[in-house]
This record gives sequence, structure tokens and C-alpha cells, in this order.
Amino acid sequence: MSTVILLLITGLGLGALYFLVASGLSLIYGLMGVLNFAHGSFLTLGAFAGWELARRTGADNWLSFVASVLLGAVVGAVFAALTELLLIRRLYERHIEQVLVTVGLALSSVALFDGIWGTDPVYVSGPSWMGGTTDVFGASIPNNRFVLILAAVLVLLGIVLFLKYTRFGLIIRAGVENRSMVTALGIDVRRAFTVVFAIGGAAAGIGGVLAASYYGYVSSSIGGSLLIFAFIVTVIGGLGSLSGAAIAAALVAVLQQFANFYLGGTGDFVVVLLLAVVLLVRPSGLLGSKA
Amino acid sequence: MTRVRSFLSQPLVKWGLAGILVAFLAIVPMLAIDIPGVFPGPTYTPGTLQLLAFSMLIASLALSYHLIFGVAGLLSFGHALYFAIGAYGLGITLRHFGLELLPAIVVTFVAGLFVAAAVGALSLRVTGISFAMVTLAFAQAGSVLVRKNPGKLTGGDEGLALDTTHVPDFFIGVLQTKNLYWLCLGVLVLVFLVTSWFERSRAGHVVAATRENELRVRVIGIRPYFVKLLTFVIGGVLATLVGMAYLLLQSSATQKLVSADFTLTLLVIVVLGGVGYRWGAVIGGIVYTFLDQRLTAFASSDAVSGLPDILRVPLSQPLFILGTLFILVVLFLPGGIAGVGARLSRSRMRADEPRTVLEELT
Repeated sequence: MSTVILLLITGLGLGALYFLVASGLSLIYGLMGVLNFAHGSFLTLGAFAGWELARRTGADNWLSFVASVLLGAVVGAVFAALTELLLIRRLYERHIEQVLVTVGLALSSVALFDGIWGTDPVYVSGPSWMGGTTDVFGASIPNNRFVLILAAVLVLLGIVLFLKYTRFGLIIRAGVENRSMVTALGIDVRRAFTVVFAIGGAAAGIGGVLAASYYGYVSSSIGGSLLIFAFIVTVIGGLGSLSGAAIAAALVAVLQQFANFYLGGTGDFVVVLLLAVVLLVRPSGLLGSKA
Repeated sequence: MTRVRSFLSQPLVKWGLAGILVAFLAIVPMLAIDIPGVFPGPTYTPGTLQLLAFSMLIASLALSYHLIFGVAGLLSFGHALYFAIGAYGLGITLRHFGLELLPAIVVTFVAGLFVAAAVGALSLRVTGISFAMVTLAFAQAGSVLVRKNPGKLTGGDEGLALDTTHVPDFFIGVLQTKNLYWLCLGVLVLVFLVTSWFERSRAGHVVAATRENELRVRVIGIRPYFVKLLTFVIGGVLATLVGMAYLLLQSSATQKLVSADFTLTLLVIVVLGGVGYRWGAVIGGIVYTFLDQRLTAFASSDAVSGLPDILRVPLSQPLFILGTLFILVVLFLPGGIAGVGARLSRSRMRADEPRTVLEELT
């Protein structure tokens, strides 16, 4: 029983990480039809920025941890907004080229991170409570999983509230539904594009700092490896659907943990299998409206 | 000038020129051409031959990807998988099954055919971005498989070295590099011929039409699914073939070959050369390999290490320069290297170019 609880909560923690990446991907795809390969770089840069701050302010207190998470969010948001303004905007409505540009950005930014911070993983430490465990029904759960889940829930709530109760949120929701109609009504959707990129980048930046404490290290490849699973989560959840991404993130990560434990480390295969099955049965994903 | 150009564009002349080029490439190992800064040494030295052969393999691989991405318009993110099946498959059949070279090649080829058909049949049920994701996921599964090293077959992180027991002597050793060079040239020619044959075949026309407008193809009464699958499988097995030559040339397969990054590199090459141009894929592959090799040498040179940090860090990363170059090409040179060439020649002879008019009409 305690093993099941451990796997479940650890899985949810990993799922929270997937969600932080996938939420931005899904929103960006839903509104603009861009599959953003540079999303992993937003995450990696956020992680490095958070680490640099934590290192300078003394890693072992909560203030510096919270500050580094916030810095990660800001750095991710700025990087993402710049990407949209400088690269994506020039290629308006040319989806393949937009994907290609983000691919190029991902390649060159990872190489740049390699050059600045080196190719070896940098080990990080957070507040001492984060490294400890808490007893839940006899299972000792690493504390950072709770922080991850909390952060993901807060981000989900924040995005939902933003989408529901602000003018930009309204434009974004309408844009996901039918962009040409929004444009025809005389609303400049392009501002919303930048906002969506910034939100996605901020979520990825938070994910980066938290991923560093989840894995215990930062490296330039941290974003790329998470990105592939985030893609899978996005497709399973349904491209453009935020709640779909949340459900799929939890599902994929928990399944991965259980398969890794009970089926001899086959977690990644089970996820790929799940993707294949979902696409065969429901090509538009769990909550997606259109393929 | 126009007369020269129309003479050059006759099919027989075109193939004749290509034949002369191949014949020239075939005698390169006998010559002593030295281009400082491009080649590491004169062309008869093993180092240069190795680099040339490697660039030809990358060009062949880019051609096989061109078939899927450029001709069929399928954005596959898992093409590295079939290449890796070639390299790892041949390595495993030679080392662990103890087969002779020829049967091992046949077994690997069948394996590549089987996997490409299975993955293609499944992933072609969805289109667009979902298709890209499914192919990426399968390639990722392959990458995990290689890393997990089941039954000590793949060698995991260390990679898989070529077992030379059953490989003929003329492919082994530094002194035999010229034989391997000819092998790679042969692979490039073969892949090029298959690609151009397929593009001219009826299936090739149907798949190109599907890329342009799938609905119209369906209205005519053709089911695009099977031609797309056929293209995917042909691209896949060609990549498997190239993978086998890669193993013979490099004597080892590493898990880098299965990574998503490697497929992205192929995408970069095809776009750099020019999407939709056969020659573009070949030129892109060769230019990319040489740039990568030369930039790596440049990065570790004294000229770079003496620079201040703000210049040294980016310049010491070849992938940073290549990635930035790629972004610039996408932004400012749609059509890549081959596209520039085609545009130059088109603007000179606009009169006898009815195709552009047709494209404007649709």
C-alpha cells in the first residue's frame, strides 16, 4: 500500500512538472498553431537563472528559493516574449517555418547554454526541508513533490482565472476557438500571441527551477528531455486544451511511475504505447476539439 | 545564354553531366587536390577521404528525408530511427548472430522495412503536428531501447563497435579508406537514383499532389494513405541502407544516432539545402558536414580561445553558429541554397517558365 501511495504522489509530482511545460505548449498551439520546440530552452534558461540566484543568495533558505522560482518565471517569460516578437511574428501564418525557427532556436540556445555553463550537470540544493521526506500513510514522500504539485495547481488556477476574468483572457479563448472571427471583429490578436508566449514561458521557467530541485541538478539538456514528454502530454490531452493537458500530465506521469516500478523500467515505452492507442482511438486527444 | 541553358536542361545532358561528376568523384582518391581550410589534407589522405565519405552518407540520408519531408510533405521527427536501425541492426547481426556480411545486410534491411511499415501504418492515421509527434515518440522509444541496452545487445552509453570477423578485408583499416569512400559514393548514387525514379513514378506524382491538396486527390478517387505509406517506407529503408554504410565507415554506432537531435539535424540540412530540391538535400548534407567539421576545428583554434568571453563562448559552439545560420536561412532565404540557385536562373529566363504563372493562378 505504501508503495502505491509513494508511486502515486511521486507520479503526480512528475505530472506537475510535465504540466508546467505542457500548459504553455498547449496554449501556444491552440492559439497560433505553432509547435514550439524552443519551449525546452525557456525551461532550461529559467532553471539556470534560478540556480545562479540561489547560489548567490545562499541556497538554504526559503526566501531565496521563492525568489529563484520567481526569477525563473520572469526570465522564461522574457525569453519567450522576445522569441515571439523577433522570430515567430515575422513568419505569421507560415506554420512549418515557425516550427523550423523554433527548432533552430532550440539547437543554438542549448549550444549556447553548453558554452556558458558547461556540459556537465550542476548540482543544486534547496531549503533543507525540500530534501527531506514526509510520512503519508506509511509512505515517505520526498517533500519537493508537494512543492511541485502545489506550484502546478497554482499555475493552473492562475491561468484559468486569467483566461476567464481578463480582457486578454477573453481574446485568447476566443482566438483558440476561431481566430479569423476575432480578427474580423477588429481585435488585434497579435498582442495576445505575445502574452500567450510570455505566460507559457513563465510556466516553463517555474518548471525549470522546480525541475532542478526534482532532479537535483541543472544541465543544458534538462529542457529537451522534458519537452518530449510534454509534447506527448499535449497531444494526448488534446492540442489547445488546458484541462486536457492537466489530466494527461497526471495520467502519463503516474502511469510512467507505475510501469517503471512494476514492469521493470518500461515507463517510457508504456507512455509511447498510450500515445499510439489514444491517437488511434481518438485522434484529437482526450479533450481536443479538432484534430 | 538562353541557348546554353536550354541545352543544359535537356534530360540526356543533365544525366551526362551528373555521370561526369560521379566519375570525377570516383577518381578523387587517386588525385591530390588540396583546398586548405576546407579539407584537412590532400584528397588521397585517409582523413580527407573519411570526411568526404561521411559527408556523402549524410547527403544520402538527407535525400531519404527529402523524400518524406520535401516530396510527401510529411513532417517526420523520427527519421533517425531508421538510420539507427541500419547501423545498430548491422552491428548486432554481425556481432551477436555471427552472420556473414551479406546475410547480415539482408536481415537488417528487412528489419528496417518492417519497422518503417509498422510505424508508418500507425502514424499516418493522423496528420500534421500529431503525425510529427507520433513519429517523434516512436523514435524516442528506440532511443530508450538503445540506452537501456537489453541483453547487452546495443552497448548502451558506450556504443556498439563493428565486429570485423565477418567483414571482408578490403573494408577494414585506415589504408582501405578509399574502398569505403567508393562504397559511400555508391550509396549516394543509389539513393539519388531511387529518389529521382520514385519522384518520376506515378506514385511519386500522386504523393506530390497529395502534399499540395489532399482533398483534390481524394475527389479524383485515389486513396492517398497507401502512397504516403509507400513514400514513408521507401524513405525509411533508404535510411536503413545509409545506416549500414555508416557503421562500416565509422566502425561504431553510438546512441547519438537515435536521438531526436539527430532527426532535427536532418531537418536543418534539408531546409538549409532547400526543401523540395533533390540537389538541395545533397548540397545541404555536404555543406553541413563540412561546416560542422570546420567549425569544430575553428572552435578549438587559438584564434577563438584568445577572444574575450562574450565572443569566445558562442564561437566555440559549432551548433550555436549552425542553429543561428539555420534561423537566418528560414527567415530570409526560403528555398535554401538550391532555392537561391533556382531563383537566379529563373529570373534570367522568365519567358520559358510557365510554371510560375500556374502557381500564381491556384
